[in-house]
Amino acid sequence: MELTSSIRLFGRTKALEGEIDEFLNRLSQSALLFKHALAIYFRSGADEEFEEKLKHVNALESEADHLRRSIERQLYEHTLIPESRGDVLGLVENLDSIINQLEGTLWNFSIETPDIPEEFHADYMALAEMSVMAVEHVVMASRSFFTNVEEANNHTHKVMFYEKETDKISTKLKRAIFATDLELSHKAHLRNFVEHIDNAADSAEDVADRLAIYVIKRTV
Amino acid sequence: MEVSTILFLTSGLFLGWALGANDAANVFGTAVGSRMIKFSTAAMVCSVFVVLGAVASGTGAAHTLGKLGAITALPGAFMAAFSAGFSVYLMTKAGIAVSTTQAIVGSIIGWNLFSGTDTDPAALTKIVSTWLICPLLAGGISIILFKSVTIFLRRTNIHLLRTDAYTRIGLLAAGAFGAYSLGANNIGNVVGVFIPSSPFTDFSFGDIFTLTSIEQLFLVGALAIAVGVITYSKRVMMTVGRGMIPLSPVGAWVAVVSHSIVLFLFASRGLESFLASHGLPTIPLVPVSSSQAVVGAVLGIALLRGGRNIRWRVVGSIVVGWCLTPVIAGIICFIGLYFLQNVFNQQVFIPTF
Repeated sequence: MELTSSIRLFGRTKALEGEIDEFLNRLSQSALLFKHALAIYFRSGADEEFEEKLKHVNALESEADHLRRSIERQLYEHTLIPESRGDVLGLVENLDSIINQLEGTLWNFSIETPDIPEEFHADYMALAEMSVMAVEHVVMASRSFFTNVEEANNHTHKVMFYEKETDKISTKLKRAIFATDLELSHKAHLRNFVEHIDNAADSAEDVADRLAIYVIKRTV
Repeated sequence: MEVSTILFLTSGLFLGWALGANDAANVFGTAVGSRMIKFSTAAMVCSVFVVLGAVASGTGAAHTLGKLGAITALPGAFMAAFSAGFSVYLMTKAGIAVSTTQAIVGSIIGWNLFSGTDTDPAALTKIVSTWLICPLLAGGISIILFKSVTIFLRRTNIHLLRTDAYTRIGLLAAGAFGAYSLGANNIGNVVGVFIPSSPFTDFSFGDIFTLTSIEQLFLVGALAIAVGVITYSKRVMMTVGRGMIPLSPVGAWVAVVSHSIVLFLFASRGLESFLASHGLPTIPLVPVSSSQAVVGAVLGIALLRGGRNIRWRVVGSIVVGWCLTPVIAGIICFIGLYFLQNVFNQQVFIPTF
């Protein structure tokens, strides 16, 4: 009886490890697609290709939600990793909110189709680039948290770095937007989109901060 | 077997029950306390392996205890076991982690004093010195083991979930080994005092195997331990699991393994003869305290981590318990023997002079 329950335990563990990996893959793919979709938007607006990317991110978000619920349920149903269960739960939920943000921003582009003057395109793209880098590194940090806990620090500090970069770019961009002769409503609209893109990096930093604490807890 | 004989044996069963209720926590407390293993699983594995250990290799350590003072009359043995069990019960009630070994040694010395029998100084020194050596050895082993396991885990980068699964299996295996060692090492405490006056006779199952009177005595004692584990150990497990310092599941595994190795070393006849045949110093076969071993092991890990988080008040109360237990058990036994002899007119010892 003990033997069969041990075999079940290992089977379950392997499946759950797979689900966590899949969940992180969804986040990483969403971030890359996000960058890709924005490049399309700045090139040709919210066209069919853009909508296709949005649809893809939308599907990834649903899958990630499904995986998140399954991971949480299994952790609690089978009382796995009692010491780190709460941490893993917090981690997965916060990572999930990053996917939601990326998806939400693309929806905003699709619905509101902001009219972004060409002179700002490069800065918007640079901002998106840095935000996505922050998200990518938080994904890597999360993977390391499960397998090579000390390696996680190498990634969390990069998340901090990219978040600082996005702050710099967004401040510069907002100043430039408000220095133009555009209508105030137009300026406010453009500013909103700077913040939408910047928010992903902020969320990535929040997750990295939590991860840094989880790492200390696991190495003590 | 006479009714009175069964009646006298009940104190041994009581002591067995107290030991099961208490010491199962040393083996499985950290695992159950940290919710890595369910109590029902722990209780089942613990019961089975305690019985196996007691019957298969309980004689070595019990023999040394017998040398300390061979209690010659059944009523005397009754009182020795009863006072040990009662002291364990009292101390447990007071929330002090307690050593059954020390209780029974105190009781035997109480009987020796009452009956005017000389306490064998060599056996006494052997036993008392292990009370120091046992926690130190367990601490040493746990430091080495913990260091090696942490280095191993760091190098191999095993997934958090898989480490968790391995740790669960490891805790179960270590617990089984611990329960076996506990049975082998501590069964002497439970029924050792009854050996010279054992009421059983050898029992054969055809030609297949024979259960000697001592083995039968051990079996009965071990079953009493199992009952103690099943009925009363859950609460103690929860306390021990989170008592001195919070341990990670891997730390819990190291503590249990170190504890079990120490108990096994002090009970293994095979190891003794192996060391002796190679001209090496042997490890005395002595009933050591499971509680002391686990406290030593946990403190070892805590010191390795820089000694932070140790709740010194708890450690202090444990050490005070170690000093008080044999004294209290000795006094209870002495007084109890007086009543048994003078009020109930029982012969508590057979004069040898």
